[in-house]
Amino acid sequence: MKKTGSQILLECLQLEGVDTVFGYPGGTVINIYDDLMNYPIQHILTRHEQAAVHAADGYARASGKVGVAIATSGPGATNTVTGLATAYMDSIPLVVVTGQVPTPLIGNDAFQEADIIGITRPITKHNYLVKDVRDLARIVKQAFYIARTGRPGPVVIDLPKDVQVASTDFAYPEKVEMRGYKPTYSGNVRQVEKAVKMILAARRPVIYVGGGATLADATDELIDFSEAVQAPVATTLMGMASFPKKHPMSLGMLGMHGTYYANMAVTNTDLLIAVGARFDDRVTGKIASFAPHARIIHIDIDPTSIKKNVRVDLPIVGELKDVLAKMVQKLSEQGEGVKKLLEASEDWRREIEQWKKEHPMSYQGSESVIKPQFVIEKLRELSSDDAIVTTEVGQHQMWTAQFFDFSQPRTFLTSGGLGTMGFGLPAALGAQAAFPDRQVIDVSGDGSFQMNSQELATLVQYRLPVKIAILNNNFLGMVRQWQQLFFDKRYSQTCMELPIDFVKLAEAYGATGLAAARPDEVEGVIRKAFETPGPVLMEFKVAREENVMPMVPAGAGLNEMVLAS
Amino acid sequence: MKHTISVLVENEFGVLSRVSGLFSGRGFNIESLSVAPTLDPSISRITLVTRGDDQILEQITKQLNKLIDTIKVIDFTGQDYVERELALIKVGSEEKSRAEVLRIVDIFRAKVVDVTPRSYTVEITGAPAKVNAILDLLQPMGIKELVRSGPVVLGRGAKGWSGA
Repeated sequence: MKKTGSQILLECLQLEGVDTVFGYPGGTVINIYDDLMNYPIQHILTRHEQAAVHAADGYARASGKVGVAIATSGPGATNTVTGLATAYMDSIPLVVVTGQVPTPLIGNDAFQEADIIGITRPITKHNYLVKDVRDLARIVKQAFYIARTGRPGPVVIDLPKDVQVASTDFAYPEKVEMRGYKPTYSGNVRQVEKAVKMILAARRPVIYVGGGATLADATDELIDFSEAVQAPVATTLMGMASFPKKHPMSLGMLGMHGTYYANMAVTNTDLLIAVGARFDDRVTGKIASFAPHARIIHIDIDPTSIKKNVRVDLPIVGELKDVLAKMVQKLSEQGEGVKKLLEASEDWRREIEQWKKEHPMSYQGSESVIKPQFVIEKLRELSSDDAIVTTEVGQHQMWTAQFFDFSQPRTFLTSGGLGTMGFGLPAALGAQAAFPDRQVIDVSGDGSFQMNSQELATLVQYRLPVKIAILNNNFLGMVRQWQQLFFDKRYSQTCMELPIDFVKLAEAYGATGLAAARPDEVEGVIRKAFETPGPVLMEFKVAREENVMPMVPAGAGLNEMVLAS
Repeated sequence: MKHTISVLVENEFGVLSRVSGLFSGRGFNIESLSVAPTLDPSISRITLVTRGDDQILEQITKQLNKLIDTIKVIDFTGQDYVERELALIKVGSEEKSRAEVLRIVDIFRAKVVDVTPRSYTVEITGAPAKVNAILDLLQPMGIKELVRSGPVVLGRGAKGWSGA
């Protein structure tokens, strides 16, 4: 049957199982929006295209499905750039459809024209300009396939207006055939056997887990693996929720603001097993003093991640679920060897317990002023186990990573790679759209919140009951912290001198606003927020010059961490 | 170390910018690049010359392979291969140097493809070192304009690669 380009797009979305899209209409997508009225796809109108992409991203991170966003050409498309770069850095599967001026006008500097294919090329896994409506179904099929397979990532489909209007026979391809794209899923058994040999010979093994474990939904396999060899697990910010923090083998987060014991363990390990991680500079600190005594096994689905930043003794390319399961299987055939390993690594675990006792993650409490860490602890205490937490970027993000004990995968959504302020609120919106009945909390700072605060309107319009906790210190806190520590307290442009009445701001949008200025008000405000239906903004006036500690100064080794300021 | 790499890519809109953008975005250098369709018009063959240590070269080949449009990547380093470059050289030739230019052209088995009373345009094909050598000799006569194609290479032997 003949269908127009915009109908074909929507048919394809349906066939891909898309139930919710985020977007913002405009001149070059008006046909898509017109047809959208005839399809049972929920559209959430954000107040900014950047937020639409972050919302699709939050939806994808929380659900594991491909997130979808739509924006118009020109400024609509360029507004998606930060959202795309955020998703690309954290390997989040998205399909973003942008309108484009009609093909005969492309290149003529037409009204609302931008070369979005050129602009997004380095921040997408792939992108397409559709020039012929007959290619559209195949391209949408490929876009979804590319987005969710291999190392996931965002894909842009740029759809000119005349292609949306043109019609052709519609048939959705059943299979994807791409000679240039064939991700490796199955880990090489020989490499796995070599890895097992290295593990059995180790005395001080450490598992280092990144966001890949979350993306592969490999939590069960990871726990099995860690338990089989009794190896402690340090996670990155992105890998955090994929290994329960309360697990006895958990070391929490490593890196710049990681735990003392995670960083000590990595510095002293003789075998580092990297699982879906990419040795980011915030994790390694100075490369030369990163895991200096260790042989390194690196398991990753993306070959380019391996040996990019550090030397690797044994690479294994494959899907983590598959590789870890094979590893556990091979280990189970080595009863004697494993027994010896467990005996030989006993001292190591004792040493780690000692480090945990010496320097647990802690902060100086206060009875007069609200400590931000205290708010995080209370949020954890009072929220449900499967609550989804998003953050913006900065001090509050690190405190959430440090003091919120995540126990379930896909419950911690944060911009790890790009570090995008303004991510948390729209991401929470997307996560709430994916899971209307779960608790969704956006932990925010007063700086980050103002980067996408317009999304309060979206929350209220769609009755998305996101709870927002702003840790308000009237500073761009993380930059202020660096200025205090490394720039002689010269607070250049980091003081947000205008005090915002966040409660009134929430109320202006029709949301509920609550505020706490004293420690004894914190619990009451959180309880009230959680009991109140609909979106609620909580403002906590926190200690203004609190620092995120411990800290490895930029360029220093993990063993040179500063424990308190 | 210098590496010559062939990349077979989908002959599609924007593919060259994906390859060149990858190099500029990740700080890899390109010394030369040439590209044209293969016998199969849906595939283009890019030959590029780059420099870097082993770790950088491993990243370059991995990153090239990662591009969705890349079908095959061949790094010829350590392999036996034939390398040829074409250059067109417009060299000034006043009365006293005309004979000398022709002698040099003859020695290098190059060809004169255009001639005027005050210039010769010389075509030369060969390994880049041979092109460099003739340029060194012609330079004193005054080179008015030069274009080099950048090298293209094929592996030696009977084995070939013609499709995906």
